[in-house]
Amino acid sequence: MDKKELQVAALENGTVIDHIPAEKVFTVVSLLGLQDMKTPITIGANLESKKLGRKGIIKVADRFFTDEEISRLSVVASSVKLNIIRNYEVVEKKTVNMPDELRGIVRCANPKCITNNEPGMDTLFHVVDKEQGRLKCHYCEKTQQIENVKLV
Amino acid sequence: MENRSLVTIADHSKEKIMYLLEMARLFEENPNRKILDGRVVATLFFEPSTRTRLSFETAANRLGARVIGFTDPKVTSSSKGETLKDTIMMVSNYADIIVMRHYLEGAARYASEVAPVPIINAGDGANQHPSQTMLDLYSIYKTQGTLENLNIYLVGDLKYGRTVHSLLMAMRHFNPTFHFIAPEELKMPEEYKAYCRAQGIRYEEHTEFDEHVIAEADILYMTRVQRERFTDLMEYERVKDVYILKNSMLEGTRPNLRILHPLPRVNEIAYDVDNNEKAYYFQQAHNGLFARQALICDCLGITIDEVREDKLMC
Ligand SMILES: [Zn+2]
Repeated sequence: MDKKELQVAALENGTVIDHIPAEKVFTVVSLLGLQDMKTPITIGANLESKKLGRKGIIKVADRFFTDEEISRLSVVASSVKLNIIRNYEVVEKKTVNMPDELRGIVRCANPKCITNNEPGMDTLFHVVDKEQGRLKCHYCEKTQQIENVKLV
Repeated sequence: MENRSLVTIADHSKEKIMYLLEMARLFEENPNRKILDGRVVATLFFEPSTRTRLSFETAANRLGARVIGFTDPKVTSSSKGETLKDTIMMVSNYADIIVMRHYLEGAARYASEVAPVPIINAGDGANQHPSQTMLDLYSIYKTQGTLENLNIYLVGDLKYGRTVHSLLMAMRHFNPTFHFIAPEELKMPEEYKAYCRAQGIRYEEHTEFDEHVIAEADILYMTRVQRERFTDLMEYERVKDVYILKNSMLEGTRPNLRILHPLPRVNEIAYDVDNNEKAYYFQQAHNGLFARQALICDCLGITIDEVREDKLMC
């Protein structure tokens, strides 16, 4: 465990979400629904980072995320790395992979899109170019850039 | 249950397009058939479009179906805040198929996902209008005898005109050469040019519109240049009379040239063109009836063989 990670409490079992861009820490919280969890969570914001300047770390005790949950983070922070901790040891490292589809995560930028006007329906985007971060709305068919879309 | 809805024509294979054109041809031979006797077709027009509605309703009536529906959203619950889903579920209790026009983009796709009956998209905002594309293809096929290797000239508003975008995508199977003739502000968007390059479709762009530019055209597809599309009104004043087709421009054109227009026109085709044998826009609109008969039948699972074998002609 490096010196920077010691800035927040060590974890026995759970997930360390590292390399979060400083301004995205609370977005990650809401994308993973951490605000509703009952297990101990340590949030470190504005920590020093060689790569990002300032970064965030979130440590979640006794919770392991599915690949689907992790892929949601791709819309805000593809730099994020996850360390899976068991018995104080990192047993697995995971990176964020852009999924083929994003369901119910981001909002369509087109105000005339049905998804922005119909209550109770999920948005759905097809990721048409993973490298360039280009999304296509399943409904209105408008192509948009991942860095410009807003979360639902 | 297999979803037989028609939301966009972009997904249709070449074989499927040719199949539907052949079915439309059978309906042109005889549009009055009782194939849909006992069925109910609903036409839900959340925004008014009299032309499209009359064409669909005539298609359904000539096939022997009963038609229900509404044109004005103010008379339905959707103005009381009912969701599209609830309206579609309610109508699905009564109708075997729903023809739907909506001002929101993606509305038809969503309806097709929630409805237990097939949906035909009769236009969803600026997005898709597949029955218009089908009648355009049928008109081209009928006048040229083929869809292959044609020179197709698209004129006017190529930026917002969804009919030209859908036509462009549907023609990808047929090795066309496109010419895009538009003012700078209404040029064909980059995403469609990228689409052409990816599909190996040849295209040229022009800003001038005269008899020399169109000399090699097989199809001249005119669209409206609307004032409200311009951010720069000086630019509009400068170009508004440039993209008007006049009869004198047709003298040196190919004998097989036909002029199409999705209608209604404003002033982009001079009235003296109407009597030229190359003017085809009124027949084009008429072809919409046969194209829509084919689409309704196909969405209801009626095959071309059943249309051929239909003995109940009236
Ligand atoms: Zn959309």
